[in-house]
Amino acid sequence: MSIDRRQFLKIAGISSLLGIGATAASATHNVWIKGINPPQVEPEQAALRAAHWAMVVDMSKFKTEEDFQKTISACHTTHNVPDFGNIKDEIKWIWKEAYENAFPHQDSPYMEEKIREIPFIVLCNHCENPACVRVCPTQATFKRKSDGIVMMDMHRCIGCRFCMAACPYGARSFNYRDPRPFIKNENKEYPTRTRGVVEKCTFCTERLAVGKLPACVEAAPQGGLIFGDLADKNSEVRKIVETRYTIRRKADLGTGPSVYYLIGGMEHA
Amino acid sequence: MLEKAFEGGKKYWTWVFFLGALAVSGVYYYIQQFNYGLGLTGLSRDVSWGLYIGQFTFLVGVAASAVMLVIPHYLHDYKKFSKIVILGEFLAISAVTMCILFIFVDMGQPMRITNVVLHPTLNSVMFWDSVVLMGYLVLNLMIGWVTLSSDRKGVAPPKWIKPFIYLSVPWAVSIHTVTAFLYAGLPGRHFWLSAVMAARFLASAFAGGPALLIILALIVRKVTKFDPGKEPIQTLGVIVTYAMFANVFLLGLEFFTAFYSNIPGHMESFIYLYAGAHGHHELVPLMWTSSIFAAVSLLMLVIPKIRRNETTLSLACVMLFASLWIDKGFGLVIGGFVPNMMNQIRPYWPTRQESIITLGVWAIGLLILTFLYKIAVSVRERTAGIEIEH
Amino acid sequence: MKLYDGGKILVGLLVFVAFATFPFYNNIGKVNAKPEPKFDTPAILQMPEQERKCVESKEFMRTEHMQLLNNWRDSVVRDGYRRYTSETSGKNFNMSLQNECMRCHSNKKKFCDECHNYMAVKPYCWDCHIAPKEDDRS
Repeated sequence: MSIDRRQFLKIAGISSLLGIGATAASATHNVWIKGINPPQVEPEQAALRAAHWAMVVDMSKFKTEEDFQKTISACHTTHNVPDFGNIKDEIKWIWKEAYENAFPHQDSPYMEEKIREIPFIVLCNHCENPACVRVCPTQATFKRKSDGIVMMDMHRCIGCRFCMAACPYGARSFNYRDPRPFIKNENKEYPTRTRGVVEKCTFCTERLAVGKLPACVEAAPQGGLIFGDLADKNSEVRKIVETRYTIRRKADLGTGPSVYYLIGGMEHA
Repeated sequence: MLEKAFEGGKKYWTWVFFLGALAVSGVYYYIQQFNYGLGLTGLSRDVSWGLYIGQFTFLVGVAASAVMLVIPHYLHDYKKFSKIVILGEFLAISAVTMCILFIFVDMGQPMRITNVVLHPTLNSVMFWDSVVLMGYLVLNLMIGWVTLSSDRKGVAPPKWIKPFIYLSVPWAVSIHTVTAFLYAGLPGRHFWLSAVMAARFLASAFAGGPALLIILALIVRKVTKFDPGKEPIQTLGVIVTYAMFANVFLLGLEFFTAFYSNIPGHMESFIYLYAGAHGHHELVPLMWTSSIFAAVSLLMLVIPKIRRNETTLSLACVMLFASLWIDKGFGLVIGGFVPNMMNQIRPYWPTRQESIITLGVWAIGLLILTFLYKIAVSVRERTAGIEIEH
Repeated sequence: MKLYDGGKILVGLLVFVAFATFPFYNNIGKVNAKPEPKFDTPAILQMPEQERKCVESKEFMRTEHMQLLNNWRDSVVRDGYRRYTSETSGKNFNMSLQNECMRCHSNKKKFCDECHNYMAVKPYCWDCHIAPKEDDRS
């Protein structure tokens, strides 16, 4: 049987494709078998658990500039957040904004001077219906089913920054350059990031996993940041949200933020 | 057929090497960007998409516009387009390639691009964008190649290509609709949160793409022995006119909704772009140039005497293309990010490296276009006089 | 039989051979001794001999540590599971490269890099995960 050159090339092409495909498929199959089995892994015993982590911010407890700086630098130091010294490349997980920037178009010319002028602590809201999770093409940012935290998988992020466009709160930062030279005091127990990935507050999952509260909550003035399980009827956050007047940033967008700002402040700490 | 791309005279090779030099400088600066990070561009925490994604958005429109030749020719038997449909399909290939390249240079971790395939995310518009773009590239490569090689042999293309040709019509619409969805579904950015975003995109695509095709057809007529013909160019001119009218109308609708409703979130981006805000006027001259070009070119196209004169037609097309490039390739993206989500004005302007990389990608796209057109034109020159049945 | 375009073909062949053999002649004289990863870190030496057990056996770790670390990473970051029970020893480990593996194997240069350099492999773990500071003396 004689075949001409064109047929030969077609047969050769298809067989090599099949050959490469089959080898690749069998290689991955082997690796899957050799992986670790789910029963071998488990969470830490001391981990804090919740169905829906949320935070209540009571700005009346933040009195001095030092209060703000301690809160912010607790987070940024624990997580090796770099300081580039310019707004363009800036990375911040938690910071302060004036009322008109934290809650745009909600101010009025005659509102209380104090509210208009005091800075508000803002961070990722760990929304119940996060736009960033909806748009991420690789699920590098995802919502944890167990506790509702919107988490970052830095290993998978391709740096497309769609999540940054989607976030209505500007909570996300991108590593526009190598962050390592700009980290003042390295925390050796937490990784840094590399250029080309997006990062944001993760509600300190690594601390929750060992039974500690988020760094900002610990460092904030007593009662300034209250952290707890909104789904637990007896938690402090739930009680505050049920009994007091709280507002959330851009609540009309349907994102369902989990960070509530307390109006009027609490008497006790 | 491929060898035709490497047979040419002095002018051809001068053009190819000029584009090659631009491409190489783009690659050189991209390597710099790859090593340093995207901080080499003008992008910032507040404006996280800029020139690269703007160019991608614009070029998806150009790619989709091939459908303006395919529909009349294949669906409505408009034989006059039979010789130039290939030019539209090849333009689509070149444009989609540029889209893919722009996305690649914009990524923070391009080496992880396979994650999009390894972890498909059906709720992510960007995932679907990559799917439809790849599919459209494959479709056009297949259709262009098969039809052109049949033309070369003087026979009708094989029947099995017809379903793919028909598929390319809704597919072309889909690539630009999905790209519009990247913008139109984001909750915080009111400049983009508009139901007519996809319609605007399609209208500007169907105006800008054919306008470019007119210019390319005129160039082809001038530098080669292949004459696309006066009538196809005129028909394209009519298509451009209607599409541009739709585009300008839809833009007007956006203005109306923003300003008649008086909602600050909707107005602020328009104000920044067209009037400046808080002392920042960076984009004002550009945006007004775009609007004036749009109005003037539309006026020129609407008047039959001006449209029928090929010189004034080409001038109108150049202005139209420039207007759409500014509007879609730049203004649209920046307007969504300024003011930022905290209502602050943090402006953006591309850096030198960013611009050279952009030029480099355009050069690569134009190189591909040159090679593909050279092949197509060589076939047409050889088969001049033979009736083409599609 | 005449070789048409003989000049171009020979030049092309030469260029191809130069490219194809580049890895070989480029590495002449470079380190090619068998890798010998060292286990004499302070943390390991402190433990009594019987207890010096890694997460899994040496043979398993040698071939599978990449996949193990990949799976650990997905498990910790995506599922929140942080404790791993070893198949071989039953010991419980914290699933962390930076805080567990490097606790014992704190000599990255004489351990991890030994084999990685030999194999010309550059894992990008260290772009983010902080490698332990090493004394360049010992």
